[in-house]
Amino acid sequence: MAKPKIAICWLGSCGGCDEAVVDMNEVLLRVAAAVDIILWPVAMDFKYDSLKGMKNGEIALSLVNGHVRNSEQEEIAKLLREKSQLILAFGSCACLGGTPGLANLTTKEDIFSWVYRDAPTVVNPNGNYPQTTSNVNGKVLTLPEFYDRVYALNDVIDVDYYLPGCPPPPYSVMYAVSAVLEDKLPPKGSILAPHRALCDSCKRNQSKPDKISIKEIRRIHEVEADPDTCFLAQGIICLGPATRDGCGEVCMSINMPCRGCFGPVEGVEDSGAKFISAMASILDAESDEEVATVVNQFVDPVGYLYRFSVPASMLQKKRVEK
Amino acid sequence: MSKRITINPITRLEGHGKIEIFLDDKGNVEDAYWQVVELRGFEVFCLGRPVEELPRIMPNICGVCPTPHNMASVKALDDLYGVEPTPTAKLIRQLHYNAFIIEDHLLHFYILSSPDFVLGPTSDPAQRNILGVVQKVGLEIGGKVIEARKRCREIIRHIASKPAHPEGGLPGGVSTRITEEDRKWIRETADFCVEFCQFSLEFFKQVVLDNKEYLDIVLSDAYKLNTYYMGLVDENNRLNFYEGKCRVVNPKGEEYALFDYHDYVDHIGEWVEPWTYVKLTYLRKIGWRGLNEGEATSLYRVGPLARLNVADSMLTPLAQREYETMFDILGGKPSHHTLAYHWARLIEAFQAAEHMQRIANDPLLTSKDIRNMDLKLDKVGIGCVEAARGTLIHHYEADAEGKATKVNLIVATQHNAAPICLSVKKAAREFVKGPQVKEGFLNMVEMAFRAYDPCLACATHALPGQMPLTVNIRDHRGDLIRTLQRL
Repeated sequence: MAKPKIAICWLGSCGGCDEAVVDMNEVLLRVAAAVDIILWPVAMDFKYDSLKGMKNGEIALSLVNGHVRNSEQEEIAKLLREKSQLILAFGSCACLGGTPGLANLTTKEDIFSWVYRDAPTVVNPNGNYPQTTSNVNGKVLTLPEFYDRVYALNDVIDVDYYLPGCPPPPYSVMYAVSAVLEDKLPPKGSILAPHRALCDSCKRNQSKPDKISIKEIRRIHEVEADPDTCFLAQGIICLGPATRDGCGEVCMSINMPCRGCFGPVEGVEDSGAKFISAMASILDAESDEEVATVVNQFVDPVGYLYRFSVPASMLQKKRVEK
Repeated sequence: MSKRITINPITRLEGHGKIEIFLDDKGNVEDAYWQVVELRGFEVFCLGRPVEELPRIMPNICGVCPTPHNMASVKALDDLYGVEPTPTAKLIRQLHYNAFIIEDHLLHFYILSSPDFVLGPTSDPAQRNILGVVQKVGLEIGGKVIEARKRCREIIRHIASKPAHPEGGLPGGVSTRITEEDRKWIRETADFCVEFCQFSLEFFKQVVLDNKEYLDIVLSDAYKLNTYYMGLVDENNRLNFYEGKCRVVNPKGEEYALFDYHDYVDHIGEWVEPWTYVKLTYLRKIGWRGLNEGEATSLYRVGPLARLNVADSMLTPLAQREYETMFDILGGKPSHHTLAYHWARLIEAFQAAEHMQRIANDPLLTSKDIRNMDLKLDKVGIGCVEAARGTLIHHYEADAEGKATKVNLIVATQHNAAPICLSVKKAAREFVKGPQVKEGFLNMVEMAFRAYDPCLACATHALPGQMPLTVNIRDHRGDLIRTLQRL
């Protein structure tokens, strides 16, 4: 019987999710023996032409990582959807837009002016800028068109399953791959991670008082955080209560608070809004003055709350008034 | 007759790019372009973020080399807050850093580039990958590659969390300490890595150097490029990944510049071309001289071969011996043989492993003194490290609340971007004859960039957004008579 065909493809990506696949270590060799990897640009020489030549549905599973923000990424995403039975949105960028989704809070003009004109090291006497089509010495060269915002994968194609994390941890990757190979998948549309919040499995949870009550928000570099006590109880912003479990508390274990890479818990659309309400309930501020002080200490709300998820959140994108 | 050959996507590197090769009527290569097709915008979307969060955001520039971004970012914070890390914190950071250099360099050699040598440059593309290599060399060696990478990443996880996205790092220190229990397995990992790096150099000798056909390819003109070279060196001009002064040598190997990286703006210019998203760096004081090599060039290279060309010696003894052997066989220093990057990369991994052994045995490693809390916020902070792929600079400016107001990044592969364009063009001219070219020869063109271990997500951390239009009107002689622009 022919081995199932698998594609591992990156769109607007940093390469970390491909490293996460390699982090399966010896298990990767066993998986690779059971499947036929027909596309994996970081590690294998299959080109897009071979993908174009496939029949619809010929690929059993495509692991697609990265967000979409240019025309080539959209084209490849759609091609993979056509040729694949199952699409797994792999990692925070594919699931939620990812950290580069923060660019949705800026404009093309702002970014463009800095990069190709105003940065102190730029020397651009001819006022060159990358073009979708340019004519160089009589040769026509093309570049993909850049969109004015970042999209999560399911904005562009129908996605069957989601594997969150920046990147997804090795055991999580192994679980997802084996679920497909053994045909033991949950309902379509499922997020392949626990349903509850990170706090539920966090070791520091036991140190959480019944009622957290903080008068002051502390930034992580200003304090020597206690490695065993709940961050919120220490006045340090930690997204645990609003973030899906499953990462293994890897940030906590090095004494750094959660920044939400696993996205919202089951049933919650917008983790940022959820966290604001959790935060409001633990702040100990009575007078208008006290409230103003502590709210101002929350110095970068959108950066804390939506670091990985602007494109998938209620915020979506900065609106420019014309 | 097809006059254009496109390789899309380029493979076995980090990032998105393509190569366009143009043929004349005789089927010879008239021109070739290596184009980077991706960007994201970190320098702008990091504005307004609390600076202490940047070491956690910047690693998303690249999941293959996130540690250098994390480290350059943390050092920029040290600078911004006017604080020196404690001696123990510095040891822990260097332990993290060396572990990264080893695993990333080994990943590149075995997984991304060895297929070209173990299986052959023109071998069946369906087999020409790590799975094909493991099949050929056997599971024992394959297992050791996996083990070395796994163990080093375990050190990274222990110090900084997810290896593909470290979240540790604070101004003046590190977030978590190393215990005496930890020291035991760290020391074991260091010993394992020294042994495996030694094996890898022997493997390289057997597979590449002892194979006359491959050695000829390494020493051939097709893969040779005369440029300047840049890298960090310590006060004795020894190769250092974590800190030092920025040294540049000319194509003859003579020192051209030795500067404090805080002055990088005076020395490095970023040039923009409309056919690629990556900005091409060059020596600013010489001025942009176009995509040219040799005496008149203003281009310089970075990364393993460049660093070995720049440094007077390695930091550690066994690596030093390998450095001397390499330059002997290559015919002297500096070496312009691009494929020697693969060799230099393994020698660097060896230095990182030896250095890791030293750190693992340092009594100060396990002290609890991991944070210098004497922070005084200034306006500017610049951090510089030697990323696996070359010199990396993070420059931040902050307001009184410690939020980023300006961010400028010069990222390793940018320095190599223009040289890579040249290397690809040269290789295309050599190996592509006529429109019916065999796939294997196209792979030999790709080998010209692969040696640099490019990281394109890094090189194009930025985003142009809107596409303005420039129209150049030329007369029949090709002279420019008018330029129209819509910005």
